[in-house]
Amino acid sequence: MADIVVKTEDVVKEYRMGSNILRALDGINIEIERGEYISLMGPSGSGKSTLFNMIGALDRPTEGQVYIDGQNMSQLSQRQIAAFRCHRVGYIFQSYNLLHVRSAHGNVTLPMIFAGISERERNERAEKLLDMVGLGDRMYHLPDELSGGQRQRVAIARALANDPSIILADEPTANLDTITGREIIDLIKRLNNEQGVTVISATHDLKMLDVSDRIVDIRDGLVERIRNRDEIDIEVGEVGGEGE
Amino acid sequence: MQQRTPIEEQIDLPFVESLRISFQSLKIRFGRSIITTAGITLGIAFLVSVWTNNEIGVALQESGRQSTINTFEETTEQGISTKDIWLIVMSLIVCVVGIANSMLMAVTERFREIGTMKCLGALDGFVVRLFLLESGFQGFSGALIGALIGTLGAVLLGLKDYGLDLFFYFPLLPAQPENGPMQLGVIIVILLGCILGMILAVIGSSFPAWRAAKLPPAEAMRTEV
Repeated sequence: MADIVVKTEDVVKEYRMGSNILRALDGINIEIERGEYISLMGPSGSGKSTLFNMIGALDRPTEGQVYIDGQNMSQLSQRQIAAFRCHRVGYIFQSYNLLHVRSAHGNVTLPMIFAGISERERNERAEKLLDMVGLGDRMYHLPDELSGGQRQRVAIARALANDPSIILADEPTANLDTITGREIIDLIKRLNNEQGVTVISATHDLKMLDVSDRIVDIRDGLVERIRNRDEIDIEVGEVGGEGE
Repeated sequence: MQQRTPIEEQIDLPFVESLRISFQSLKIRFGRSIITTAGITLGIAFLVSVWTNNEIGVALQESGRQSTINTFEETTEQGISTKDIWLIVMSLIVCVVGIANSMLMAVTERFREIGTMKCLGALDGFVVRLFLLESGFQGFSGALIGALIGTLGAVLLGLKDYGLDLFFYFPLLPAQPENGPMQLGVIIVILLGCILGMILAVIGSSFPAWRAAKLPPAEAMRTEV
């Protein structure tokens, strides 16, 4: 039996815009297996970021249920949700969302402070993580003193601080140039391969197709189709062929 | 679907850790903190100067001396005039609105930070405590400086009006003259100014911080200022 780590059941999300109601998600059903690399694809406004927020417990669905590790997220207390965000998930955002007042090192240690890890241990761990993402020599720089790619590396190190089982990445390469974007994708893929972390990424970066196990196409708040890697490889080839 | 280890409850952080994070934040944001604190300083300086000036006026009139410049009929009659009350109330309003505004701005521009901290596992209560500590410290230091500046201003004004007599009859401590209104004394006015500045700063920042902390992180991070 497959080990399902994320499952959504008829997830609906509505936003109230003045007197209008915008239905961003219109009944999403997906299952994600442990250790998978999943890309949520779709044009802007398709609902992929909204779905990302639902899976990461960053927002509440209007209707439907989200299960993570078999737990119904709507039944968790506020403290459990905070612990879930702290221990189970690592978030990577398009705009990095680093705290500007804390150095790279300070950003990476913050989730460990929330987890109650001792100062010595968190310093050791932060150094190891920043070394791993290639920022060992810029550890005490503030985010403003780092390039886009370096900031995203800090965000990745921070996402890994409490050894999460899921990495949620919302358009992690959208603000980066092609080469840096590639490096970030490789880094995330390496974590997926080596540490068995489940990666769920909202993206419309075609480079992400290459490394994904499955792609979930979202359109108008619905799952349009789910493709696996083989199909993706063929399609990427076709796109390349047309261009020549 | 398999049932994995249940999700544990998030722990509370020790107070020292909150204190450390809030001071670190004040230190790194020093320039911005100074501007916010200056807002509090100005509000309280204005209030305390008007109030102390009034206290001095009343004290000197009680002693039989009058300003060489401002001899309003109304002040000689009753000690505290409607004009003085009006001035104090106006300065109080300016002070309340000014401080609330500067604290609100300072918190609103940090909604994204609040959302991010919640993504990393911060409890709502921790976020509020952080802002409570920061604003309490800013409020107290800003108000104390403001109260001292305000008092100094009122003393200088008093010197101009009453000359050195001011120091003989300086209303430092509370007094209840026989035929006049109760006088609080300058020390109490300074103290009240400090307390008021601190309370206003704490309310002005904790209320929006509490509101932001209650929002789902996705919504807090979406907020644009």
